[in-house]
Amino acid sequence: MRLEYFQMIDQVAALDTQGRSIRCLSTVPQQSPVFEGHFPGHALVPGVLLIETMAQASGYLALALNGFKKMAFLASVKEAKLRTFMLPGAAIEITAQVAHEGSGFVVTHAQIICDGKRVSEAELMLRILPFPSPEFADMMVKQAERLGLETLSERGS
Amino acid sequence: MSTFDEVADIIAESCSLDREKITPESNIIDDLGVDSLDFLDVNFGIDKKFNITLPVEKWTQDISEGKAKTEDYFVVGNLAKAIDELVAAKKAAG
Repeated sequence: MRLEYFQMIDQVAALDTQGRSIRCLSTVPQQSPVFEGHFPGHALVPGVLLIETMAQASGYLALALNGFKKMAFLASVKEAKLRTFMLPGAAIEITAQVAHEGSGFVVTHAQIICDGKRVSEAELMLRILPFPSPEFADMMVKQAERLGLETLSERGS
Repeated sequence: MSTFDEVADIIAESCSLDREKITPESNIIDDLGVDSLDFLDVNFGIDKKFNITLPVEKWTQDISEGKAKTEDYFVVGNLAKAIDELVAAKKAAG
């Protein structure tokens, strides 16, 4: 996880295209410029970045399901709960499950788990739109490759 | 409850609008001021309520290509009719 670059996910561990779910892994860094402000002397991952983490897992799931033909953009966040603090060094599991696929949007239920306990959850709606440019699409494919998602997508697992 | 009433309830709740102001002739965008984000909630609510997938991307494409008019789908009464047709088609398909 590189907070300052919004790289919230380290690895896609599992993709279930039939069940329309994804499981991702990540580790909160021990140090980050983000912690210099949030908070000085008491480092905590900002809650909005927990939402972002769940949105990214949901987004990669949507990308995998549409074959990387369209981009997923976060549109709304509902029923978000931030149950406990996320500290530097925490190893987390992020899961997202499609709750509904509409025309041009997808709704997911996502959660973050740390040490077997639920840290946060939310219902997320993402718009599914054409990529703004071919370069953007290429960048997302490279990000997915970095996370191991492309390999999982090809296997359909 | 008619399809129109159910759709009007969804619009009112999703967009925090006065239910009494929504009529079959109301244009969702021009008269009710529903923006694209609120319409996503309306769309989601309709999909769930009627167990269908509103083909909004196709409708939007048809409108942009001149094959349909905005009011064909985005006037509440017409939207309700389109929903009835989608529900009937789904039933017919088994």
